[in-house]
Amino acid sequence: MRSVTSGGRRFGPAPGHLFVSGYVVLLVAFGIGPALYALYLAFTTNMGYWAGIDNFTKTFADFRFLPAVGHVAAYLVLWLVSLTVLVVTLALVVHSVRNRVAGSALRFLYYIPGALAGASSVLLWLFVLDPSVSPVAWLLSAFDLQTFNQVIAPGNLPLIFTVIAFWTGAGSWIVVLYGALNTIPHEVIEAARMDGASALTTALRVQLPMLRKWIAYMLILSLAGGTQLFVEPQLVSQASFGVVGTDYSVNQLAYLYAFNQNDFNGSAALSIILLIFSVACAALFVARGRLFDVD
Amino acid sequence: MSTKALTGALLTLFALFFTIPILWLLLASSKSPAELIDSSPYAPGSLGSLTDNWNSLIAFQDGAVLTWLGNSVKYALMALVLTMVVSIPAGYALALMSFAGRRLLLIVTLVVMLMPATALVLPTFLELSYVDLINTSWSVVLPFSFFPFGVYLTYIYFGTAVPRELLEAARLDGCSEAGTFWRVALPLAKPVVALVAFFSFTNNWNNFFLPYVMLPVSDAYPMQVGLTQMLASTPTFNPVVGANAEVQPPTLVLATLLSVAPVLIVFLFSQRFLVAGMTAGATKS
Repeated sequence: MRSVTSGGRRFGPAPGHLFVSGYVVLLVAFGIGPALYALYLAFTTNMGYWAGIDNFTKTFADFRFLPAVGHVAAYLVLWLVSLTVLVVTLALVVHSVRNRVAGSALRFLYYIPGALAGASSVLLWLFVLDPSVSPVAWLLSAFDLQTFNQVIAPGNLPLIFTVIAFWTGAGSWIVVLYGALNTIPHEVIEAARMDGASALTTALRVQLPMLRKWIAYMLILSLAGGTQLFVEPQLVSQASFGVVGTDYSVNQLAYLYAFNQNDFNGSAALSIILLIFSVACAALFVARGRLFDVD
Repeated sequence: MSTKALTGALLTLFALFFTIPILWLLLASSKSPAELIDSSPYAPGSLGSLTDNWNSLIAFQDGAVLTWLGNSVKYALMALVLTMVVSIPAGYALALMSFAGRRLLLIVTLVVMLMPATALVLPTFLELSYVDLINTSWSVVLPFSFFPFGVYLTYIYFGTAVPRELLEAARLDGCSEAGTFWRVALPLAKPVVALVAFFSFTNNWNNFFLPYVMLPVSDAYPMQVGLTQMLASTPTFNPVVGANAEVQPPTLVLATLLSVAPVLIVFLFSQRFLVAGMTAGATKS
Protein backbone atom coordinates (compact mmCIF):
# COMPACT_ATOMS: atom_id res chain seq x y z
CA MET A 1 0.00 0.00 0.00
CA ARG A 2 1.36 3.37 -0.97
CA SER A 3 1.67 5.86 1.78
CA VAL A 4 0.13 9.29 1.71
CA THR A 5 2.57 11.88 0.40
CA SER A 6 4.31 13.51 3.29
CA GLY A 7 4.74 17.22 3.82
CA GLY A 8 2.38 20.04 2.88
CA ARG A 9 0.01 17.91 0.83
CA ARG A 10 -1.02 15.78 3.72
CA PHE A 11 -3.76 18.04 5.09
CA GLY A 12 -4.84 19.95 2.01
CA PRO A 13 -6.66 18.50 -1.00
CA ALA A 14 -4.38 16.57 -3.37
CA PRO A 15 -4.86 16.49 -7.17
CA GLY A 16 -6.25 12.97 -6.66
CA HIS A 17 -9.19 14.42 -4.76
CA LEU A 18 -10.21 16.45 -7.79
CA PHE A 19 -10.06 13.33 -9.98
CA VAL A 20 -12.37 11.34 -7.69
CA SER A 21 -14.69 14.20 -6.67
CA GLY A 22 -17.50 13.55 -9.18
CA TYR A 23 -17.50 9.87 -8.38
CA VAL A 24 -17.56 10.52 -4.64
CA VAL A 25 -20.66 12.72 -5.00
CA LEU A 26 -22.51 9.93 -6.83
CA LEU A 27 -21.19 7.34 -4.38
CA VAL A 28 -22.64 9.26 -1.44
CA ALA A 29 -25.94 10.04 -3.16
CA PHE A 30 -26.68 6.63 -4.68
CA GLY A 31 -24.48 4.14 -2.82
CA ILE A 32 -23.84 4.99 0.81
CA GLY A 33 -26.83 7.26 1.30
CA PRO A 34 -29.49 4.74 0.29
CA ALA A 35 -27.71 1.96 2.21
CA LEU A 36 -27.72 3.98 5.41
CA TYR A 37 -31.34 4.88 4.77
CA ALA A 38 -32.22 1.18 4.40
CA LEU A 39 -30.42 0.52 7.67
CA TYR A 40 -32.42 3.29 9.35
CA LEU A 41 -35.69 1.92 7.96
CA ALA A 42 -34.81 -1.64 8.98
CA PHE A 43 -34.50 -0.64 12.64
CA THR A 44 -37.46 1.74 12.88
CA THR A 45 -41.23 1.49 12.71
CA ASN A 46 -43.31 3.10 9.99
CA MET A 47 -43.82 6.02 12.40
CA GLY A 48 -40.06 6.49 12.70
CA TYR A 49 -39.69 5.03 16.22
CA TRP A 50 -36.94 2.64 17.24
CA ALA A 51 -38.06 -0.91 16.44
CA GLY A 52 -35.06 -2.98 17.55
CA ILE A 53 -34.97 -6.22 15.58
CA ASP A 54 -38.74 -6.45 15.18
CA ASN A 55 -38.61 -5.99 11.42
CA PHE A 56 -36.11 -8.83 11.15
CA THR A 57 -37.96 -11.30 13.39
CA LYS A 58 -41.14 -10.48 11.51
CA THR A 59 -39.65 -11.22 8.08
CA PHE A 60 -37.77 -14.33 9.29
CA ALA A 61 -41.03 -15.69 10.66
CA ASP A 62 -42.83 -15.03 7.37
CA PHE A 63 -43.78 -18.43 5.92
CA ARG A 64 -42.45 -17.27 2.52
CA PHE A 65 -38.97 -16.31 3.76
CA LEU A 66 -37.15 -19.65 4.18
CA PRO A 67 -38.44 -21.15 0.91
CA ALA A 68 -37.27 -18.01 -0.92
CA VAL A 69 -33.80 -18.31 0.66
CA GLY A 70 -33.68 -21.97 -0.36
CA HIS A 71 -34.62 -21.16 -3.96
CA VAL A 72 -31.93 -18.50 -4.27
CA ALA A 73 -29.29 -20.72 -2.60
CA ALA A 74 -30.03 -23.62 -4.97
CA TYR A 75 -29.71 -21.30 -7.93
CA LEU A 76 -26.48 -19.73 -6.65
CA VAL A 77 -24.74 -23.09 -6.15
CA LEU A 78 -25.60 -24.26 -9.67
CA TRP A 79 -24.78 -20.89 -11.23
CA LEU A 80 -21.42 -20.20 -9.55
CA VAL A 81 -20.09 -23.72 -10.03
CA SER A 82 -21.05 -23.92 -13.70
CA LEU A 83 -19.74 -20.41 -14.31
CA THR A 84 -16.33 -21.11 -12.78
CA VAL A 85 -15.76 -24.49 -14.40
CA LEU A 86 -17.14 -23.70 -17.86
CA VAL A 87 -15.96 -20.11 -18.29
CA VAL A 88 -12.38 -20.86 -17.24
CA THR A 89 -12.29 -23.98 -19.41
CA LEU A 90 -13.75 -22.21 -22.42
CA ALA A 91 -11.47 -19.16 -22.03
CA LEU A 92 -8.38 -21.40 -21.93
CA VAL A 93 -9.56 -23.51 -24.86
CA VAL A 94 -10.51 -20.49 -26.98
CA HIS A 95 -7.16 -18.90 -26.13
CA SER A 96 -5.39 -22.03 -27.37
CA VAL A 97 -7.06 -21.85 -30.79
CA ARG A 98 -4.24 -21.16 -33.24
CA ASN A 99 -6.38 -19.90 -36.11
CA ARG A 100 -6.90 -16.18 -35.44
CA VAL A 101 -10.09 -15.88 -37.47
CA ALA A 102 -11.68 -18.92 -35.83
CA GLY A 103 -10.67 -17.69 -32.38
CA SER A 104 -12.15 -14.23 -32.79
CA ALA A 105 -15.30 -15.64 -34.45
CA LEU A 106 -15.83 -17.97 -31.49
CA ARG A 107 -15.39 -15.19 -28.95
CA PHE A 108 -17.88 -13.13 -30.89
CA LEU A 109 -20.46 -15.93 -31.06
CA TYR A 110 -20.13 -16.63 -27.34
CA TYR A 111 -20.44 -12.97 -26.58
CA ILE A 112 -23.53 -12.15 -28.67
CA PRO A 113 -26.11 -13.24 -26.04
CA GLY A 114 -24.66 -10.60 -23.71
CA ALA A 115 -26.75 -8.12 -25.65
CA LEU A 116 -29.86 -9.81 -24.30
CA ALA A 117 -29.95 -9.32 -20.57
CA GLY A 118 -32.85 -8.43 -18.33
CA ALA A 119 -36.40 -8.84 -19.54
CA SER A 120 -35.39 -9.48 -23.17
CA SER A 121 -33.41 -12.63 -22.47
CA VAL A 122 -36.04 -13.98 -20.09
CA LEU A 123 -38.75 -13.43 -22.70
CA LEU A 124 -36.67 -15.18 -25.37
CA TRP A 125 -36.08 -18.13 -23.05
CA LEU A 126 -39.78 -18.36 -22.22
CA PHE A 127 -40.24 -19.08 -25.93
CA VAL A 128 -37.23 -21.41 -26.17
CA LEU A 129 -38.59 -23.38 -23.21
CA ASP A 130 -42.11 -23.59 -24.61
CA PRO A 131 -42.25 -27.02 -26.30
CA SER A 132 -44.87 -25.85 -28.83
CA VAL A 133 -42.49 -23.34 -30.46
CA SER A 134 -39.04 -24.30 -29.11
CA PRO A 135 -36.04 -24.79 -31.44
CA VAL A 136 -34.91 -27.54 -29.05
CA ALA A 137 -38.27 -29.22 -28.52
CA TRP A 138 -36.56 -32.61 -29.13
CA LEU A 139 -34.27 -31.94 -26.17
CA LEU A 140 -37.15 -30.94 -23.90
CA SER A 141 -39.06 -34.01 -25.04
CA ALA A 142 -36.03 -36.19 -24.23
CA PHE A 143 -36.49 -35.04 -20.63
CA ASP A 144 -40.19 -35.87 -20.94
CA LEU A 145 -41.25 -32.24 -20.93
CA GLN A 146 -44.25 -31.79 -23.24
CA THR A 147 -45.89 -28.57 -22.04
CA PHE A 148 -44.66 -25.16 -20.95
CA ASN A 149 -46.01 -25.67 -17.46
CA GLN A 150 -44.07 -28.94 -17.09
CA VAL A 151 -40.88 -27.14 -18.11
CA ILE A 152 -41.25 -24.32 -15.62
CA ALA A 153 -42.22 -26.59 -12.70
CA PRO A 154 -40.73 -25.01 -9.54
CA GLY A 155 -38.14 -27.82 -9.18
CA ASN A 156 -36.65 -26.95 -12.57
CA LEU A 157 -36.31 -23.24 -11.97
CA PRO A 158 -32.81 -23.11 -10.41
CA LEU A 159 -31.51 -24.96 -13.46
CA ILE A 160 -33.50 -22.79 -15.87
CA PHE A 161 -32.27 -19.57 -14.26
CA THR A 162 -28.71 -20.94 -14.37
CA VAL A 163 -29.05 -21.66 -18.09
CA ILE A 164 -30.44 -18.17 -18.76
CA ALA A 165 -27.77 -16.44 -16.66
CA PHE A 166 -24.99 -18.53 -18.21
CA TRP A 167 -26.31 -17.88 -21.70
CA THR A 168 -26.34 -14.10 -21.24
CA GLY A 169 -23.34 -13.66 -18.96
CA ALA A 170 -20.73 -16.30 -19.70
CA GLY A 171 -19.59 -14.85 -23.03
CA SER A 172 -18.52 -11.52 -21.60
CA TRP A 173 -16.54 -13.27 -18.86
CA ILE A 174 -14.87 -15.46 -21.48
CA VAL A 175 -13.83 -12.27 -23.29
CA VAL A 176 -12.56 -10.73 -20.05
CA LEU A 177 -10.55 -13.82 -19.07
CA TYR A 178 -9.26 -14.09 -22.63
CA GLY A 179 -8.04 -10.50 -22.33
CA ALA A 180 -6.34 -11.37 -19.04
CA LEU A 181 -4.68 -14.40 -20.66
CA ASN A 182 -3.30 -12.08 -23.33
CA THR A 183 -1.50 -10.03 -20.67
CA ILE A 184 0.61 -13.06 -19.72
CA PRO A 185 3.90 -12.46 -21.53
CA HIS A 186 4.63 -14.84 -24.39
CA GLU A 187 8.06 -15.56 -22.93
CA VAL A 188 6.50 -17.07 -19.80
CA ILE A 189 4.37 -19.49 -21.83
CA GLU A 190 7.28 -20.24 -24.17
CA ALA A 191 9.55 -20.96 -21.22
CA ALA A 192 7.05 -23.40 -19.76
CA ARG A 193 6.77 -25.14 -23.12
CA MET A 194 10.55 -25.31 -23.50
CA ASP A 195 10.69 -27.01 -20.11
CA GLY A 196 8.43 -29.65 -21.57
CA ALA A 197 5.15 -28.64 -19.98
CA SER A 198 2.03 -29.84 -21.82
CA ALA A 199 -0.79 -27.43 -22.70
CA LEU A 200 -2.75 -28.75 -19.73
CA THR A 201 0.16 -28.32 -17.32
CA THR A 202 0.82 -24.82 -18.62
CA ALA A 203 -2.83 -23.96 -18.08
CA LEU A 204 -2.92 -25.33 -14.55
CA ARG A 205 0.50 -24.16 -13.35
CA VAL A 206 1.05 -20.92 -15.24
CA GLN A 207 -2.17 -19.50 -16.65
CA LEU A 208 -4.65 -20.40 -13.92
CA PRO A 209 -2.69 -18.75 -11.06
CA MET A 210 -2.41 -15.58 -13.12
CA LEU A 211 -6.17 -15.62 -13.71
CA ARG A 212 -6.97 -16.00 -10.03
CA LYS A 213 -7.71 -12.35 -9.44
CA TRP A 214 -10.06 -12.22 -12.42
CA ILE A 215 -11.85 -15.41 -11.41
CA ALA A 216 -12.45 -14.05 -7.90
CA TYR A 217 -13.70 -10.86 -9.48
CA MET A 218 -16.10 -12.79 -11.70
CA LEU A 219 -17.41 -14.76 -8.73
CA ILE A 220 -17.98 -11.67 -6.60
CA LEU A 221 -19.97 -9.89 -9.28
CA SER A 222 -21.91 -13.04 -10.14
CA LEU A 223 -22.74 -13.66 -6.51
CA ALA A 224 -23.95 -10.08 -6.16
CA GLY A 225 -26.03 -10.54 -9.29
CA GLY A 226 -27.30 -13.94 -8.23
CA THR A 227 -28.64 -12.91 -4.84
CA GLN A 228 -30.58 -10.15 -6.58
CA LEU A 229 -32.60 -12.66 -8.60
CA PHE A 230 -35.73 -10.72 -9.50
CA VAL A 231 -36.67 -10.24 -13.13
CA GLU A 232 -36.37 -13.94 -14.06
CA PRO A 233 -38.80 -15.35 -11.48
CA GLN A 234 -41.00 -12.26 -11.83
CA LEU A 235 -41.55 -12.84 -15.54
CA VAL A 236 -41.79 -16.63 -15.16
CA SER A 237 -44.41 -16.05 -12.52
CA GLN A 238 -46.31 -13.72 -14.81
CA ALA A 239 -46.06 -16.17 -17.73
CA SER A 240 -46.93 -19.25 -15.69
CA PHE A 241 -50.18 -17.70 -14.62
CA GLY A 242 -49.67 -18.38 -10.94
CA VAL A 243 -47.96 -21.80 -11.09
CA VAL A 244 -44.85 -20.02 -9.83
CA GLY A 245 -45.61 -17.50 -7.10
CA THR A 246 -44.42 -13.89 -7.08
CA ASP A 247 -42.57 -14.71 -3.85
CA TYR A 248 -40.04 -17.12 -5.34
CA SER A 249 -36.90 -15.10 -4.52
CA VAL A 250 -35.89 -13.00 -1.51
CA ASN A 251 -35.87 -9.86 -3.60
CA GLN A 252 -39.37 -10.50 -4.88
CA LEU A 253 -40.42 -10.86 -1.27
CA ALA A 254 -38.80 -7.51 -0.44
CA TYR A 255 -40.67 -6.01 -3.37
CA LEU A 256 -43.98 -7.47 -2.16
CA TYR A 257 -43.36 -6.03 1.30
CA ALA A 258 -42.82 -2.56 -0.14
CA PHE A 259 -45.41 -2.40 -2.88
CA ASN A 260 -48.15 -4.85 -1.86
CA GLN A 261 -48.02 -4.62 1.92
CA ASN A 262 -46.78 -1.06 2.02
CA ASP A 263 -44.23 -2.17 4.62
CA PHE A 264 -41.06 -0.28 3.72
CA ASN A 265 -39.43 -1.25 7.03
CA GLY A 266 -39.87 -4.98 6.44
CA SER A 267 -38.65 -4.49 2.90
CA ALA A 268 -35.54 -2.67 4.15
CA ALA A 269 -34.88 -5.47 6.66
CA LEU A 270 -34.86 -8.01 3.82
CA SER A 271 -32.57 -5.75 1.78
CA ILE A 272 -30.16 -5.48 4.70
CA ILE A 273 -30.07 -9.27 5.04
CA LEU A 274 -29.18 -9.63 1.36
CA LEU A 275 -26.58 -6.93 1.81
CA ILE A 276 -24.85 -8.50 4.82
CA PHE A 277 -24.72 -11.90 3.13
CA SER A 278 -23.24 -10.38 0.01
CA VAL A 279 -20.63 -8.34 1.85
CA ALA A 280 -19.57 -11.32 3.98
CA CYS A 281 -19.03 -13.53 0.93
CA ALA A 282 -17.24 -10.69 -0.83
CA ALA A 283 -14.82 -10.25 2.06
CA LEU A 284 -13.97 -13.95 1.81
CA PHE A 285 -13.29 -13.66 -1.91
CA VAL A 286 -11.27 -10.48 -1.45
CA ALA A 287 -9.05 -12.23 1.09
CA ARG A 288 -8.64 -15.41 -0.98
CA GLY A 289 -8.47 -13.86 -4.45
CA ARG A 290 -6.09 -11.09 -3.36
CA LEU A 291 -7.99 -8.43 -5.25
CA PHE A 292 -6.07 -5.65 -3.57
CA ASP A 293 -2.83 -7.09 -4.84
CA VAL A 294 -2.38 -4.31 -7.37
CA ASP A 295 -0.39 -1.99 -5.13
CA MET B 1 -10.64 -39.22 -29.13
CA SER B 2 -7.76 -36.84 -29.64
CA THR B 3 -7.45 -33.63 -27.66
CA LYS B 4 -7.99 -31.62 -30.79
CA ALA B 5 -11.28 -33.35 -31.64
CA LEU B 6 -12.42 -33.00 -28.04
CA THR B 7 -11.77 -29.26 -27.89
CA GLY B 8 -13.37 -28.86 -31.33
CA ALA B 9 -16.51 -30.64 -30.13
CA LEU B 10 -16.62 -28.56 -26.95
CA LEU B 11 -16.25 -25.27 -28.82
CA THR B 12 -18.90 -26.25 -31.39
CA LEU B 13 -21.37 -27.40 -28.75
CA PHE B 14 -21.15 -24.09 -26.93
CA ALA B 15 -21.26 -22.11 -30.17
CA LEU B 16 -24.61 -23.81 -30.89
CA PHE B 17 -25.86 -23.21 -27.36
CA PHE B 18 -25.08 -19.50 -27.58
CA THR B 19 -26.38 -18.92 -31.11
CA ILE B 20 -29.48 -21.11 -31.59
CA PRO B 21 -31.80 -18.93 -29.44
CA ILE B 22 -30.69 -15.82 -31.35
CA LEU B 23 -31.19 -17.55 -34.67
CA TRP B 24 -34.65 -18.59 -33.53
CA LEU B 25 -35.41 -15.00 -32.48
CA LEU B 26 -34.54 -13.72 -35.96
CA LEU B 27 -36.56 -16.42 -37.73
CA ALA B 28 -39.62 -16.38 -35.49
CA SER B 29 -40.16 -12.64 -35.84
CA SER B 30 -40.99 -13.20 -39.52
CA LYS B 31 -43.71 -15.80 -38.92
CA SER B 32 -47.45 -15.66 -38.56
CA PRO B 33 -48.95 -16.97 -35.30
CA ALA B 34 -49.92 -20.24 -37.05
CA GLU B 35 -46.50 -20.66 -38.70
CA LEU B 36 -44.81 -20.18 -35.35
CA ILE B 37 -46.49 -23.36 -34.08
CA ASP B 38 -46.70 -25.43 -37.27
CA SER B 39 -43.55 -24.78 -39.28
CA SER B 40 -40.07 -26.02 -38.40
CA PRO B 41 -38.38 -23.78 -35.81
CA TYR B 42 -35.48 -23.42 -38.24
CA ALA B 43 -37.58 -22.45 -41.27
CA PRO B 44 -37.79 -18.76 -42.14
CA GLY B 45 -41.17 -17.03 -42.25
CA SER B 46 -42.10 -14.52 -44.90
CA LEU B 47 -41.68 -10.83 -45.51
CA GLY B 48 -45.47 -10.47 -45.47
CA SER B 49 -45.74 -11.94 -41.96
CA LEU B 50 -42.87 -9.76 -40.80
CA THR B 51 -44.73 -6.70 -42.10
CA ASP B 52 -47.91 -7.86 -40.38
CA ASN B 53 -46.05 -8.32 -37.09
CA TRP B 54 -44.43 -4.90 -37.46
CA ASN B 55 -47.81 -3.26 -38.11
CA SER B 56 -49.46 -4.86 -35.11
CA LEU B 57 -46.43 -3.96 -32.98
CA ILE B 58 -46.69 -0.30 -33.97
CA ALA B 59 -50.45 -0.42 -33.49
CA PHE B 60 -50.03 -1.64 -29.89
CA GLN B 61 -51.25 1.18 -27.66
CA ASP B 62 -50.83 3.75 -30.45
CA GLY B 63 -47.10 3.36 -31.03
CA ALA B 64 -46.07 2.92 -27.39
CA VAL B 65 -43.13 0.78 -28.52
CA LEU B 66 -41.50 3.68 -30.36
CA THR B 67 -41.85 5.88 -27.29
CA TRP B 68 -40.27 3.17 -25.12
CA LEU B 69 -37.35 2.72 -27.49
CA GLY B 70 -36.75 6.47 -27.57
CA ASN B 71 -36.78 6.59 -23.78
CA SER B 72 -34.26 3.74 -23.56
CA VAL B 73 -31.89 5.58 -25.90
CA LYS B 74 -32.23 8.81 -23.94
CA TYR B 75 -31.63 7.27 -20.50
CA ALA B 76 -28.73 5.07 -21.60
CA LEU B 77 -26.88 7.81 -23.51
CA MET B 78 -27.24 10.46 -20.81
CA ALA B 79 -25.97 8.00 -18.21
CA LEU B 80 -23.14 6.91 -20.49
CA VAL B 81 -21.76 10.44 -20.78
CA LEU B 82 -21.96 11.07 -17.04
CA THR B 83 -20.45 7.67 -16.23
CA MET B 84 -17.40 8.23 -18.42
CA VAL B 85 -16.72 11.76 -17.15
CA VAL B 86 -16.89 10.55 -13.57
CA SER B 87 -15.53 6.97 -13.57
CA ILE B 88 -12.39 7.05 -15.72
CA PRO B 89 -10.58 9.84 -13.79
CA ALA B 90 -11.63 8.20 -10.50
CA GLY B 91 -10.28 4.77 -11.46
CA TYR B 92 -7.07 6.37 -12.68
CA ALA B 93 -6.56 8.34 -9.49
CA LEU B 94 -7.25 5.29 -7.32
CA ALA B 95 -4.64 3.26 -9.19
CA LEU B 96 -1.86 5.77 -9.69
CA MET B 97 -2.16 8.80 -7.43
CA SER B 98 -1.58 9.31 -3.72
CA PHE B 99 -4.19 11.13 -1.71
CA ALA B 100 -5.68 10.98 1.76
CA GLY B 101 -8.62 8.56 1.90
CA ARG B 102 -7.55 6.61 -1.17
CA ARG B 103 -7.63 3.17 0.44
CA LEU B 104 -10.93 3.91 2.17
CA LEU B 105 -12.49 4.97 -1.14
CA LEU B 106 -11.18 1.82 -2.80
CA ILE B 107 -12.69 -0.43 -0.16
CA VAL B 108 -16.00 1.44 -0.11
CA THR B 109 -16.12 1.19 -3.92
CA LEU B 110 -15.62 -2.56 -3.80
CA VAL B 111 -18.22 -3.01 -1.08
CA VAL B 112 -20.83 -0.83 -2.78
CA MET B 113 -20.14 -2.59 -6.05
CA LEU B 114 -21.00 -5.87 -4.34
CA MET B 115 -24.20 -4.61 -2.80
CA PRO B 116 -27.19 -5.94 -4.73
CA ALA B 117 -28.34 -2.99 -6.82
CA THR B 118 -31.95 -3.88 -6.15
CA ALA B 119 -31.37 -3.53 -2.41
CA LEU B 120 -30.72 0.14 -3.10
CA VAL B 121 -33.64 0.68 -5.46
CA LEU B 122 -36.29 1.24 -2.83
CA PRO B 123 -34.23 3.55 -0.56
CA THR B 124 -33.09 5.46 -3.64
CA PHE B 125 -36.74 5.79 -4.61
CA LEU B 126 -37.56 7.34 -1.22
CA GLU B 127 -34.53 9.60 -1.40
CA LEU B 128 -35.45 10.88 -4.86
CA SER B 129 -39.10 11.36 -4.02
CA TYR B 130 -37.92 13.57 -1.15
CA VAL B 131 -36.27 15.88 -3.70
CA ASP B 132 -39.15 15.56 -6.19
CA LEU B 133 -37.24 13.74 -8.92
CA ILE B 134 -39.53 10.70 -9.25
CA ASN B 135 -40.99 10.24 -12.72
CA THR B 136 -38.26 12.37 -14.29
CA SER B 137 -35.39 11.21 -16.50
CA TRP B 138 -32.96 12.08 -13.70
CA SER B 139 -34.51 9.46 -11.41
CA VAL B 140 -33.03 6.77 -13.65
CA VAL B 141 -30.09 8.62 -15.25
CA LEU B 142 -28.39 9.68 -12.01
CA PRO B 143 -28.50 6.26 -10.31
CA PHE B 144 -27.40 4.70 -13.66
CA SER B 145 -24.38 7.03 -13.71
CA PHE B 146 -23.15 5.74 -10.38
CA PHE B 147 -21.13 2.82 -11.76
CA PRO B 148 -18.53 1.50 -9.28
CA PHE B 149 -17.92 -1.46 -11.58
CA GLY B 150 -16.58 0.98 -14.17
CA VAL B 151 -14.35 2.69 -11.61
CA TYR B 152 -13.02 -0.64 -10.43
CA LEU B 153 -12.38 -1.91 -13.95
CA THR B 154 -10.46 1.29 -14.73
CA TYR B 155 -8.54 0.93 -11.46
CA ILE B 156 -7.54 -2.65 -12.28
CA TYR B 157 -6.48 -1.67 -15.77
CA PHE B 158 -4.29 1.23 -14.72
CA GLY B 159 -2.92 -0.77 -11.82
CA THR B 160 -1.86 -3.79 -13.85
CA ALA B 161 -1.53 -2.98 -17.53
CA VAL B 162 -0.07 0.52 -17.73
CA PRO B 163 3.61 0.85 -16.87
CA ARG B 164 4.06 3.27 -14.00
CA GLU B 165 7.43 4.39 -15.38
CA LEU B 166 5.73 5.90 -18.40
CA LEU B 167 3.62 8.19 -16.21
CA GLU B 168 6.57 9.02 -13.97
CA ALA B 169 8.52 10.03 -17.07
CA ALA B 170 5.71 12.35 -18.18
CA ARG B 171 5.65 13.97 -14.74
CA LEU B 172 9.43 14.38 -14.78
CA ASP B 173 9.09 16.06 -18.17
CA GLY B 174 6.96 18.69 -16.46
CA CYS B 175 3.49 17.43 -17.31
CA SER B 176 0.82 18.46 -14.78
CA GLU B 177 -1.36 15.73 -13.19
CA ALA B 178 -4.21 16.66 -15.53
CA GLY B 179 -1.85 16.75 -18.51
CA THR B 180 -0.39 13.34 -17.63
CA PHE B 181 -3.86 11.89 -17.40
CA TRP B 182 -5.17 13.50 -20.57
CA ARG B 183 -2.15 13.15 -22.85
CA VAL B 184 -0.40 10.01 -21.61
CA ALA B 185 -2.73 7.79 -19.58
CA LEU B 186 -5.99 8.23 -21.48
CA PRO B 187 -4.58 7.33 -24.93
CA LEU B 188 -3.17 4.14 -23.37
CA ALA B 189 -6.50 3.36 -21.77
CA LYS B 190 -8.61 3.10 -24.92
CA PRO B 191 -9.43 -0.58 -24.34
CA VAL B 192 -10.72 0.01 -20.83
CA VAL B 193 -12.57 3.20 -21.84
CA ALA B 194 -14.35 1.22 -24.55
CA LEU B 195 -15.07 -1.58 -22.11
CA VAL B 196 -16.52 0.70 -19.42
CA ALA B 197 -18.62 2.57 -22.01
CA PHE B 198 -19.86 -0.71 -23.35
CA PHE B 199 -20.80 -2.21 -19.97
CA SER B 200 -22.43 1.06 -18.90
CA PHE B 201 -24.59 1.23 -22.00
CA THR B 202 -25.64 -2.43 -22.03
CA ASN B 203 -26.30 -2.51 -18.26
CA ASN B 204 -28.45 0.58 -18.38
CA TRP B 205 -30.24 -0.38 -21.55
CA ASN B 206 -31.11 -3.75 -20.04
CA ASN B 207 -31.93 -2.50 -16.55
CA PHE B 208 -35.46 -3.41 -15.56
CA PHE B 209 -36.03 -3.00 -11.85
CA LEU B 210 -34.93 0.61 -11.30
CA PRO B 211 -37.05 2.21 -14.07
CA TYR B 212 -39.88 -0.15 -13.12
CA VAL B 213 -39.99 1.50 -9.69
CA MET B 214 -39.00 5.06 -10.60
CA LEU B 215 -41.24 5.60 -13.61
CA PRO B 216 -44.90 4.84 -12.95
CA VAL B 217 -46.24 6.26 -16.23
CA SER B 218 -46.19 4.18 -19.44
CA ASP B 219 -45.02 7.20 -21.49
CA ALA B 220 -41.74 7.26 -19.56
CA TYR B 221 -41.05 3.47 -19.66
CA PRO B 222 -37.87 2.25 -21.25
CA MET B 223 -38.27 -0.73 -23.60
CA GLN B 224 -37.44 -3.33 -20.92
CA VAL B 225 -40.35 -2.30 -18.75
CA GLY B 226 -42.60 -1.91 -21.79
CA LEU B 227 -41.88 -5.51 -22.80
CA THR B 228 -43.46 -6.86 -19.63
CA GLN B 229 -46.58 -4.88 -20.40
CA MET B 230 -46.68 -6.65 -23.76
CA LEU B 231 -46.07 -10.03 -22.12
CA ALA B 232 -49.15 -9.43 -19.99
CA SER B 233 -51.17 -8.96 -23.20
CA THR B 234 -49.95 -12.17 -24.90
CA PRO B 235 -52.37 -15.14 -24.76
CA THR B 236 -49.70 -17.91 -24.67
CA PHE B 237 -48.38 -16.59 -21.39
CA ASN B 238 -51.58 -15.15 -20.03
CA PRO B 239 -54.70 -17.23 -20.86
CA VAL B 240 -56.99 -14.61 -19.37
CA VAL B 241 -56.30 -12.21 -22.24
CA GLY B 242 -58.55 -14.38 -24.41
CA ALA B 243 -58.89 -14.99 -28.13
CA ASN B 244 -58.97 -11.38 -29.31
CA ALA B 245 -55.76 -10.60 -27.46
CA GLU B 246 -53.85 -7.48 -28.27
CA VAL B 247 -50.45 -9.11 -28.78
CA GLN B 248 -49.83 -12.31 -30.76
CA PRO B 249 -46.70 -14.33 -29.89
CA PRO B 250 -44.72 -13.41 -33.05
CA THR B 251 -45.38 -9.74 -32.32
CA LEU B 252 -43.89 -10.22 -28.86
CA VAL B 253 -40.92 -11.96 -30.49
CA LEU B 254 -40.43 -8.97 -32.78
CA ALA B 255 -40.64 -6.60 -29.80
CA THR B 256 -37.97 -8.66 -28.02
CA LEU B 257 -35.79 -8.44 -31.12
CA LEU B 258 -36.22 -4.66 -31.29
CA SER B 259 -35.43 -4.33 -27.59
CA VAL B 260 -32.02 -5.92 -28.13
CA ALA B 261 -31.22 -4.54 -31.59
CA PRO B 262 -29.48 -1.31 -30.45
CA VAL B 263 -27.21 -3.18 -28.05
CA LEU B 264 -26.44 -5.76 -30.72
CA ILE B 265 -25.48 -2.97 -33.11
CA VAL B 266 -23.39 -1.18 -30.48
CA PHE B 267 -21.34 -4.21 -29.82
CA LEU B 268 -20.84 -5.06 -33.44
CA PHE B 269 -18.95 -1.76 -33.51
CA SER B 270 -17.14 -2.11 -30.19
CA GLN B 271 -16.11 -5.66 -30.97
CA ARG B 272 -12.84 -4.41 -32.44
CA PHE B 273 -11.87 -2.95 -29.07
CA LEU B 274 -13.17 -5.86 -27.08
CA VAL B 275 -11.43 -8.67 -28.91
CA ALA B 276 -8.21 -6.68 -29.32
CA GLY B 277 -7.71 -7.62 -25.69
CA MET B 278 -8.10 -5.30 -22.79
CA THR B 279 -4.43 -4.56 -22.49
CA ALA B 280 -3.23 -3.85 -25.99
CA GLY B 281 -1.88 -0.38 -25.08
CA ALA B 282 1.68 0.56 -24.36
CA THR B 283 2.72 -2.74 -22.79
CA LYS B 284 3.25 -4.26 -26.23
CA SER B 285 5.70 -2.36 -28.38
